[in-house]
Amino acid sequence: MATVLENVGTKTIDHLDYVGSLNIQLWATLRAMGSTLPFVGNRYRWQAAVRQMLQIGVDALPMVSLMAICTGFILAMQGASELKRFGALHYVIDLVAVGFTRELGPLLTAIAVSGRSGSAFAAEIGTMKVTEELDSLRVMAFEPVEFVLAPKFLAALVSVPCLSIASNVFGILAGGLFMFFSTRLAPLVYFRYALESIQLRDVITGLIKSVAFATIIAHVGCLEGFRVRGGPDSVGRSTTSAVVKSTFLVIVADAVFTAIFYFTVKS
Amino acid sequence: MPIISIRDLVVEYDGRRILDGLNLDIEHGETMVLMGGSGSGKSTLLRQILALEQPKAGSVSVNGIDITRCSKSELNRVRRSMGVAFQSAALFNSLSVEDNVALTLREQTKLAPSIIELVVWMKLAVVGLADFGKLQPQELSGGMKKRAAVARALALEPEILVLDEPSAGLDPIVAAELDELILLLKEAYQMTVIVVTHELPSAFRIADRIAMLYKGRFSSVGTKDEIRASQNPRVRQFLDRIPGDMAKAPAVAAYFENYLKTQEAHG
Repeated sequence: MATVLENVGTKTIDHLDYVGSLNIQLWATLRAMGSTLPFVGNRYRWQAAVRQMLQIGVDALPMVSLMAICTGFILAMQGASELKRFGALHYVIDLVAVGFTRELGPLLTAIAVSGRSGSAFAAEIGTMKVTEELDSLRVMAFEPVEFVLAPKFLAALVSVPCLSIASNVFGILAGGLFMFFSTRLAPLVYFRYALESIQLRDVITGLIKSVAFATIIAHVGCLEGFRVRGGPDSVGRSTTSAVVKSTFLVIVADAVFTAIFYFTVKS
Repeated sequence: MPIISIRDLVVEYDGRRILDGLNLDIEHGETMVLMGGSGSGKSTLLRQILALEQPKAGSVSVNGIDITRCSKSELNRVRRSMGVAFQSAALFNSLSVEDNVALTLREQTKLAPSIIELVVWMKLAVVGLADFGKLQPQELSGGMKKRAAVARALALEPEILVLDEPSAGLDPIVAAELDELILLLKEAYQMTVIVVTHELPSAFRIADRIAMLYKGRFSSVGTKDEIRASQNPRVRQFLDRIPGDMAKAPAVAAYFENYLKTQEAHG
């Protein structure tokens, strides 16, 4: 019994320590963000942020688009198979449009970015730690948080919402294609209905979620990199851990945000 | 006043004492070699001198500033007076060799790009890499990487040059070339040099004074001749390459005895 309690206590302390470290890192990054801004910050950090935006955003666009198209088709087909029994096939449009804008667009994007970029952040920073590059930065009077993390964070804050919007567009497009092939619904009619069913608050809540997901992915990925201890094998472990933890936290955050929006925003 | 002054320095990791009340003064313009076996605390002491870790007790002062307690801005000022070449070279793999050398010049000085280019070429020429500036670090050999790291350490013309295991893993000819380079640099720049090594020929070639570490304490500190003539058993063991008593430990002896018996039993 004592051992069980000890284990529970140790795990709890570890998790609290992790959350505390994430918070400390977040505040340190927010303080360093000024240096990554265009015109007012350091141009090398801004250039690094732009390079990261290309890697996180542009390079991920084909994957995110394909995921959104497949999910759009799946959602439309599953919805249609149930709704047509009640003669309410046109509600498929609402299901796809609202489902993607509020929920699936940001969530699918976050999962894709977590797998691609969250793991890359952990691997890059972990390798820098193992090869003493982070120490090297410190002794050259550079702050690793400003030099390494802040450009990645800014890039994620810009790229993830943009990718989410792209995901929404491709998901809704896939729903339109399904409706056209299954019911011969004219694409223009589909898009008019889709636009009518989406409200501004759906778009805003989706974007708020995207920003929160970007924060989680960037910070968990980077923290896992900074926490690497030992040799190259621990870099591999931190990469896996970054993906698992950030995906889990994204889903938890999604549940929290959805609950908040559900209970506070009047429809 | 010594340029570096270490007083009653105690470092512990997880309750294990690594450095146990060290005292050492390093004078302006001297080459101090920190020597000792694996696990003696050399690298830990170096990390304290570079303020990469906090000690449990004691102080490390550089030019009269206690770097264990000073402000971040003071620490960064001290760090700009130090050039460090790590054991793994720690060059940034995303930058070319010349960009590695130019990094601090671009970000911490107001020099014009043309002047920076010239300074970088001069530093690379000093270490014999003038024709290799455009290469990426991964395209260099081990010895060239270490020389590039020295060029980067020299970029801001530091008062103190710190070299961690400069000749580790290099063939004797390249190691001797690096020793010559260190002597040349000291003469040319009149800087204080701190070298961590356990390579005896290298240590006796470049040192003005040698500090021998054993289990977190200085077993001997003196000039090359004093160390050579030392009758301290730990120093003699190290210099005369006398094996330790690991093989005589009861557990190890019992293991071998058991192993031999098993071999005999199997014929």
